[in-house]
Amino acid sequence: MQTYTEKIRQAAKRLLSEKRVDAVIGFRKGTVVFMNEPFLAKIPEQADQLVWDGNCGINLANYLPKMTGNIAIAAKGCDSRSIVIHLLENQIKREQLYILGIPCSGMIDKRRIQDGMNGREILKAEDTGQNVRIYGSDFEQTLERADFLQENCVICTHKNPVIYDELLGEPVEENQIDRYEDIRRIESMLPEEKRLYFNDLIKPCIRCYACRNACPACFCPTCFVDESKPQWVGKTIDPTDTFTFHFLRAFHLAGRCTDCGACERACPVGIKVRLFTKKLEKEVKELYGYEAGVLQDQQPPLDTYRPEDPEPFLG
Amino acid sequence: MSDWEPKIIAFLCNWCSYGAADLAGVSRFQYPANIRIIRVPCSGRINPKFILASLRHGADGVWVSGCHPGDCHYIEGNLYARRKFALLKSQLEYTGIVEPGRLHFSWISSAEGTKFAETARHVVDSVKQVGPAQHFIKMQAQVA
Repeated sequence: MQTYTEKIRQAAKRLLSEKRVDAVIGFRKGTVVFMNEPFLAKIPEQADQLVWDGNCGINLANYLPKMTGNIAIAAKGCDSRSIVIHLLENQIKREQLYILGIPCSGMIDKRRIQDGMNGREILKAEDTGQNVRIYGSDFEQTLERADFLQENCVICTHKNPVIYDELLGEPVEENQIDRYEDIRRIESMLPEEKRLYFNDLIKPCIRCYACRNACPACFCPTCFVDESKPQWVGKTIDPTDTFTFHFLRAFHLAGRCTDCGACERACPVGIKVRLFTKKLEKEVKELYGYEAGVLQDQQPPLDTYRPEDPEPFLG
Repeated sequence: MSDWEPKIIAFLCNWCSYGAADLAGVSRFQYPANIRIIRVPCSGRINPKFILASLRHGADGVWVSGCHPGDCHYIEGNLYARRKFALLKSQLEYTGIVEPGRLHFSWISSAEGTKFAETARHVVDSVKQVGPAQHFIKMQAQVA
């Protein structure tokens, strides 16, 4: 992780002093443990604040839409796919971007670590790349990094950036893994069980829209939840309204979601919102053979059609 | 519940299925009166919001019908709609909002009055079999 930090700083310094870019989007150390904050370095001296470790789970592509000037961005696999989506949807021009590709070995799930602490407070954490060392006021512990990754990172199949100008490390080995085991489990439930399952899932939702705000693909000038006259989505926390929100949020991401996990990471009450988006990801893959943000010359699936498209909804 | 009759919202494309409903009417084909028709300019106009709103307001079933693929008045509206519907239906059933049989889609041209009446009977029958909608109805007052 130290090497990535060094390389990002070097690259940022170079790009900023050469005036190749106006800003470098990366992370700097956050004030809270396990939380790095997005950071825009605009002068070479700021480059030394940039860091990289397993707490960089926020998707930086979120900051790109409608940005002006030239921008360098540190992008892991999922970020790079979100950048491809932005390029396809004309949110930013390729010429504006200088992508610092970062082969990613997964991001740390702070909830998983904290859940195992029995209420003891972690004051400091270090990510060495193999292990996570955590420090409290009266304890010190070394954890196996692989056991505490975000769920989406465990099943990630695009750890290496799909698009970049400069790769800051050796490509890592890609997973060959069944991504949809949990989705199939839900699919096999009875309708009533599904309903109760999802009811329980979204019960704690407080409609803070953090999942929407963290999502790089949510950039509509007026979000459907903020519309009025007609107001299609109620603003109460009535279960039907909450459900409508989660359902439509996911639907808007059909064929665009790269499963970066930013939504789930941002959720203050820990709802597994990816269960909504992942089903659509699976459907899109099965029906139209499309994987979001992997190929740069492929139309997004809901922006195109084929005459022979399947019609499983008839009847 | 023996005298319960379902309320079904039908979104019909102006250029075909709505004409088919008209044709079924003037031809005096019989079909159940459970259907409330909303005329839309194209099946491509259908937004998932509409379907969810219908259900939230207490509809027992929703039926969307448009032109046959390839015959869209706007050339390709229903071809885009087709992709949306496929994802929409699977997602609605996956999340348990609608049981199989509550949500229907069909392609009916304006010459197919008989098919319209047949499909209407089929839709009403299958919604009756699933029973009244109970779970996805908003109980709180609508806040403007």
